[in-house]
Amino acid sequence: MNSIITSAVLGVIMMFSGIFLKKNSSIVTLAIAGIIVLLGMAALDMSGYHFFPVDTHNMLYFDVFGLLFNCVAFACTLAYFLLNGRDIAAIGNNPGEYFALIFFVLCGLSIASSFNSLLMLFIGIEIISIPLYILTGSDKRNLKSNEASLKYFLMGAFSTGLMLLGIAFLYGAGDKGSFFLDDLGIGRVAGTPMMMTGLILLMCSMAFKVSAAPFHFWTPDVYDGAPTVVTSFMATIVKAGVFIAFVRLFIDAFGDMKAAWQIFIAIITATTLFIGNITAVFQQSVKRMLAYSSIAQVGFMLFALLTLNTLAKEGIILYTAVYSLSTIGLFAILVKMKDFSFDGFNGLARQYPIVAFTATIFLLSLAGIPLTGGFMAKYYMIAAVMNTGSFLWLVIFALLCATVSVYYYFRVIQAMYFKDGVAQQLNLTPGFNGMLILLAAIVIILGIFPEWLIGRLYIIYL
Amino acid sequence: MVPVLLIGIPLLAGLIGFSLKNAAAKSWALFASLLVLGVSLTGICLPKNSKQLLFSTEWMGTLGSRFAVSLDGTGQILCLLTALAFPVIFISTWKEEYKKANNFFSLMLLSQTGLLGVFLAGDALLFYFFWELALIPVYFLASQWGGEKRIAATFKFFIYTFLGSLMMLIGILYIYFHTRDHSFALSAFYQAHMQIPAETQSWLFWLIFLAFAVKMPIFPFHTWQPDTYEQSPSAVTMVLSGVMVKMGVFGVLRWLAPVLPMGTYMWGDTVSALCIIGMIYASLIAMRQDDLKRLVAYSSIAHMGLMCLAIFATTEAGIQGVMIQMFNHGINIIGLWIVVYLIEKQFKTRKISELGGIAAKAPVLTTMLVIITLANIALPLTNAFIGEFLMFSGVYSSKATSYNVVFTVCAAVTIILSAVYMLNMVQRVFYGPVNGRTENAVDIRTNEKMVLGFLVILIIVIGVYPEPLFRLTQGAVDSLLAKMYVKP
Repeated sequence: MNSIITSAVLGVIMMFSGIFLKKNSSIVTLAIAGIIVLLGMAALDMSGYHFFPVDTHNMLYFDVFGLLFNCVAFACTLAYFLLNGRDIAAIGNNPGEYFALIFFVLCGLSIASSFNSLLMLFIGIEIISIPLYILTGSDKRNLKSNEASLKYFLMGAFSTGLMLLGIAFLYGAGDKGSFFLDDLGIGRVAGTPMMMTGLILLMCSMAFKVSAAPFHFWTPDVYDGAPTVVTSFMATIVKAGVFIAFVRLFIDAFGDMKAAWQIFIAIITATTLFIGNITAVFQQSVKRMLAYSSIAQVGFMLFALLTLNTLAKEGIILYTAVYSLSTIGLFAILVKMKDFSFDGFNGLARQYPIVAFTATIFLLSLAGIPLTGGFMAKYYMIAAVMNTGSFLWLVIFALLCATVSVYYYFRVIQAMYFKDGVAQQLNLTPGFNGMLILLAAIVIILGIFPEWLIGRLYIIYL
Repeated sequence: MVPVLLIGIPLLAGLIGFSLKNAAAKSWALFASLLVLGVSLTGICLPKNSKQLLFSTEWMGTLGSRFAVSLDGTGQILCLLTALAFPVIFISTWKEEYKKANNFFSLMLLSQTGLLGVFLAGDALLFYFFWELALIPVYFLASQWGGEKRIAATFKFFIYTFLGSLMMLIGILYIYFHTRDHSFALSAFYQAHMQIPAETQSWLFWLIFLAFAVKMPIFPFHTWQPDTYEQSPSAVTMVLSGVMVKMGVFGVLRWLAPVLPMGTYMWGDTVSALCIIGMIYASLIAMRQDDLKRLVAYSSIAHMGLMCLAIFATTEAGIQGVMIQMFNHGINIIGLWIVVYLIEKQFKTRKISELGGIAAKAPVLTTMLVIITLANIALPLTNAFIGEFLMFSGVYSSKATSYNVVFTVCAAVTIILSAVYMLNMVQRVFYGPVNGRTENAVDIRTNEKMVLGFLVILIIVIGVYPEPLFRLTQGAVDSLLAKMYVKP
C-alpha cells in the first residue's frame, strides 16, 4: 500500500510544483527526491513496514513478487530521472505536469503489480494508460507526436473495451458472481466456452498492452512519434509493469488450467519473436529499431507466461530489471542525439568513448551475450521452458531469432567502433557519464550474480 | 590456486591494460603472458593429485552452478599451448604498430582469459560463459584492426559461432535437467547419459556438436574461416587458428563424447564422412590458392578434419594422437602464420604469384619455413608425424565404424595433397627467379629469429622425444576411453 499512496500523493505534489518552483532544475530535483522517497517506501513495504493500513477487502494482495517488482520499477525510474530528468522537463512548457503524469503511471503500476480482483486490474491498467496518452502527445507542436497520441488513444481504448468485455464474460461464466482471481478458473466453470471467450479476450487485450504480435501494430508508430524521453519510459518500465500484471493474472487466475490456453500463448510468442526480430532488421532508424527490439524482447518474456513456474517467476523479475536498465541507458544516449539513423552513430567511439562503451554493454545485454544481465535473463526464460519438458521447438525457434537480433544490435556497435565518421555533438555532463557507467556496471553485476536480485524474492520479513 | 591464477592474471592484466599508455601496453601484455606461461608450467609440474590444481566455490547456488575450475586431463595440454602461444605471438609481432595499442593488447589478454577458462572449466554453465568470453574480444580485435572487408567477414564469424553456442546452450540445459540433482558439474554431466535414452542422445548430440563443428570448423560449417583468417590482423589470426579452433576439438573430447557416448557412436560415421569431405575439399581448394593466408587457412581445415576423424574412431591410439596433435598443430600453424606475416610485412603482398626467390636473400627465414612446412606435412622426426601417425593407426584399427579402411585411405590422400600444396608454395615463394619486389629482400630480425628458432626447436625436440607429451595426456586418454566404454 505504501507505494500506491505515496506515488499518488507525489503525483499531486508534482502537479502543483509548477506554482512554487519556477526553474526547471528545481522541479527535476524535486522529482528525483520524490522518486527516492517512493523507492524507500517500496523497500520498507518489502521489509514489513506498512504505513498505510488500508483494508482493501482482499481486492489488493501484496506479495513479495509484486513488491519486489515495485522496487525494480522505481529504481529504474530513478535511473531514468537521473539520466534524462532535464530532457523530460524540456519537452514542453509545463515540466511539473510531465513528472506528475509519470508518478500517476507509477501509481497504476503499483496497483497492477498487486491486484487480486479483475476490477483492480482494470483500474490499474487504466491509470497507467491515460497519463501515457497525454505524455505521448506532450510535444504539442510536433505533428508526429499528435498522430502518435491519437493512434495510441484509439487503439488503447479499443483494447480496453476488449478487456472489459472479457471481464464481463468471466464474471458471467462464474457461479459465484465474483471478480476475485481465485474464483475465476476453478471448478465446473473452468473450460466452458463462455469462460474461454472471456479468457481469450482478456489475453488479447493484455497482449495489446505489452505489444505482443499480432497486436503490436501501434507500437512502432507510437514509439517513434512520442518524444524520445517518453518512449524510453513507455518501452521499459511501463511495459515491464503491464507484463508483471499479465503474469500475475495468469498465475493466480488461470494457472490450474494451463493446458487450455498454453497453445495460444505459444503461438503469440512465436509470432512476436518472428515479427519483432525480422522487422527490426530492416529498420533504418535506431529509435524504430529499438521499438521493434522491444517487441522482440516481449517475445522472450512471454516464455514466463507460457510456463508460470518458479524459474519463470524469478526470471521475469530479472528480465524486466535488466531489459529496462539496458533500454533506458540506450534511450538516454539517443535522447542526446539529433540523428537517429545508424550512420548517426559512426565514429562515436572516438569522440565519446564512455558513451560508446556503455552503449555496447547495453546492446550486448539486449542481445543476450554472457557476462551481461541479458544473458542470465534469457537463460532463466529458456530454462523455465526446458524445465517443463515441452515446447522445445519454441526454444530453438527463439534462439534462432536471438541470433537474428545480434544482427541489428551489432549494427550499432559496428557503426560506433569500426566505421569512420564525424560524430555528432552531444551535450553531456560528467554526471550523465557517471550514471551510464553505473548502469552498465549494474547490468554486468546482474549478469554474473543474478541471485543478488532474485534472492530477494525469498527473504521473508515479519 | 593455479587455475584461478591462470584465469585471474590475464583478466586483471587485461583490465588494467585499458588504462595504460600505448607504448607501455605492449610490454605489459608480454609480461602478463610470460607470467601465465610460468604459472601453467608450474601447474603441469605439480603432482597430479595436488590440491593446488583444483578450485571450487559457490557461484549460482540455486541454479546448481559452481565456479569450479581445475587443471587436469585434456585441459592441461591446451592450457600449456595457450600459455605458450601468447608470448610467442606478442614477440613475433613486436614491431607491428597498432592504433590504440592499449586496447588491442588488453583485448588479446581478455581473449586469453576466455580460452584458458574454457580449458579449465569444470562446470557447464561456466564453460559456456568462457566459451563466449573468448569470442567477444576476438570479434572486436578482428573488426577493429583487420583488413578492408573485416566488418562483414568477422560478423559472419560471430553469427556462425553465436548460433552454434546458442544451440549448445539448449543442449547443456537439456542435460542439466536430466542430471540427478540439477547440477552443472562436469561429474554430474558424465552421469547424465544413463537417464537420457538413445533416441534423445541422437538429436541432443547435434545441438551440442554444432557449436564445436563451427569452431573447428567441420565441413559444411567452415565458410566463415578463410574470410576471417584473411581479414584478421596477423596476431589475431594466430590466436584463432593456433588456439581457438582447438576449443572445438577440446569441446568434443571433454563435453560431448563422454557426456553423450551413445549419440557419439550413432553419428560417428556421418561426422567422419563430413570430416573426409572437408579434408579433401579444403586440400583441393588450397592447391588453387594464390593468397598465402587463404592457403594456410584451408590447410588448417584439412588438419582439423583429421583430428575430428580420429576422435570419432574412438581408439586409444587415435585419441592419444589427437591430444598430441592439438598441441603440435598449434605450434606449427603459429609458425606458419609468423612466416606469412613476415613475408607480408616485408613485401606488402600475400600473393604467391608476386613473390619468388626469397631464399637467396633470407636464408634463415627460408630454413625455418622449410622445417615448419615439413612439420606441417608430418614428415618423420617432426612433431606432427607422431600425432598424425597415431591418428591414422587409430582410424585404421577403429571398431566403431565399418568404413575404417575407406576413411584411412581418403585421409591419407589428403596428406599427399598437403605435401603438394605446401611444397609448391615453398618452391614458388622462396625459390625460383627473383622479381622486382623481392630483389631487395632482407633477412629476419633477432626477435623474429628467436621466436621461429624456438618453435623449430620445439618441433624437432618433440619429433624426436615425444615421451613427455604422452605422459601428460595418458591419464586423460584413459579416463575418456573409460567413459566411452571402450576401455574398462
